[in-house]
Amino acid sequence: MKQYSLNIGMVLSAILVLTAAHLGWIDNYIQIVLMAVGINIIMAASLNLINGNMGEFTCGHAGFMCVGAYVSSLISVYLFGSKFGDPQLPIGAVFIAFPIILLIGGAVAAVSSLLVSVPSFKTRDDYLAIISLAVNYMIISLLENMDTIITFIASKYAKLFNLPDPGNIEIIGGSRGFQGMKDTVWAMIDVFDGPWMLFWVILVAGFTVWIIRRFIGSTYGKGVNAICQDEVAAEIMSVNTNKVKIINFMVAAGLAGCAGGLYAHVYGYVNPQSFGILKSTEAMVMVYLGGMGSLSGAVISAILFTALLEILRSQAIIDFLLSPATFLFPDWEPSAGVVKWVVIPLMLVIVMQFRPEGIMGNRELSDVFPKLKKFYRFK
Amino acid sequence: MLLQVENLEVKYGNIQALHGISFHVNKGEIVTLIGANGAGKTTSLYSIARLPPPEAPRVIGGDIKVEGQSILKTSPNAVVKDLKMALAPEGRRIFGNLTVMENLKLATYAREKGANLEAEYDHIFELFPRLKERREQRSESLSGGEQQMLAVGRALMTGCKTLLLDEPSMGLAPVLKYELFRKLKQLNEEGMTILLVEQNAKLALELAHRGYVMDTGKIVIEGPSDEILANPEIKKAYLGG
Repeated sequence: MKQYSLNIGMVLSAILVLTAAHLGWIDNYIQIVLMAVGINIIMAASLNLINGNMGEFTCGHAGFMCVGAYVSSLISVYLFGSKFGDPQLPIGAVFIAFPIILLIGGAVAAVSSLLVSVPSFKTRDDYLAIISLAVNYMIISLLENMDTIITFIASKYAKLFNLPDPGNIEIIGGSRGFQGMKDTVWAMIDVFDGPWMLFWVILVAGFTVWIIRRFIGSTYGKGVNAICQDEVAAEIMSVNTNKVKIINFMVAAGLAGCAGGLYAHVYGYVNPQSFGILKSTEAMVMVYLGGMGSLSGAVISAILFTALLEILRSQAIIDFLLSPATFLFPDWEPSAGVVKWVVIPLMLVIVMQFRPEGIMGNRELSDVFPKLKKFYRFK
Repeated sequence: MLLQVENLEVKYGNIQALHGISFHVNKGEIVTLIGANGAGKTTSLYSIARLPPPEAPRVIGGDIKVEGQSILKTSPNAVVKDLKMALAPEGRRIFGNLTVMENLKLATYAREKGANLEAEYDHIFELFPRLKERREQRSESLSGGEQQMLAVGRALMTGCKTLLLDEPSMGLAPVLKYELFRKLKQLNEEGMTILLVEQNAKLALELAHRGYVMDTGKIVIEGPSDEILANPEIKKAYLGG
């Protein structure tokens, strides 16, 4: 029984949330926050695979999210949207096609992670941080200039074969962003009116946590942990460290790509700039807040962090919290958008000062509260 | 001849650590390399295990052959996986935040599927009953001797036929030291080939069939261990009178 209790509990609570959303007990705002929590759980848990379990330091995780978001958006708009002409598939196919679209986004993100992992894992130490940061910027500026590149190639091609000049081609939209993914969501709602994106986010987040738990528990995952501790010792224990590192990186990047796909479809709009260094930092803050190498820590801190971000977005709460200061300095009008970026780094500094190992350390929830083991087993 | 080292010359950076040493290990033997600090014993082992950088010594001359094949181009994990030679490194280097069982499980990483691992775990626990008592403990909480046993057990779990041991007695109490060496003898009787690097020359020579005495990157004396034990020069230099 205890083997399944956690799975049953998770499924029941997912059903409860979905029913509540469907019947309108929780409003759209709460639903959006819940979806943001889910996406952040995927980001934090997957980044934790690299920064926590493997002990390497990558700071360009949002770049892979960006790849996943754009790839899945393009496919989804092509298949179900009206932007590139008529929809290619009937709306009934959306329920089969959408998870596949997400997976393709993840797969492309995983392959693009080779851009980082192959050159950087030949060396050690800080190179991964530098290269991942560079690749994050490269991905963003590539997407911003993609239309120009395509236009350039198309005009050269036209000149070569004496075709009429195609003029400016706009597919990706550059820094103005890309939209039209909502058509896919509308297609789902046309078939059955329900909180579909919430369903997909919960499904993928659950899948992520499950697959990471399985991965870490396997002999392969133990190899990842061994690399973190002592790479030379891992190598002489027959672990092919280079291969394990690259595969681990691909798994993490692939999951981030799925998160990107979800993000794009939840908000219906993507912009390269929203996957910049700030997004990567958010994911890193969640990992370090939760405790490196702790999956439950990453999940807990993703929930807390997203909730905190939402709270700090409210001007009323900011005004209330800062009322002593505004009383003393009546000319000062704090804005929520600014205060958020003061509080979050400050919080990180305080956590690092007083609890450098993060909320959970590198332990799981069942290590901190051994009594929980009576109720569930998560393997 | 299982393992053959021919005129091996090795450098760390600009410093030459081995000046052309040659030795061999036959199947089923215990061979020991002894010598003072800095004689190049550990370097020889690291060269055989093809240790990856940063600890990797750079081979500049000579050859290392396993069953006649040169292994200078083999990767460290392939040495364990394909050549069945496992190194239990100096200073144990176990994975502290994994449990004893997980450490052993990790060593089976490259084993083919369907191998009868349960029997092998039992065999390790039979050799080192202390590990069985502590199988669910984090290995960093073990005592030094238990960690050493885990390091040897972990090397055995790779399914190796040759065990490369680097100073297994370091930091062990005399009782534990003798116990460990008895276990090594038992392993050898079961067919394991052992190449042992040891500071404790007397103990090592009593265990081994043959020995090599190293000094500043060269092999100075070689022969059956009782001969080396009886050699008056060795007695004076390494065995304390």
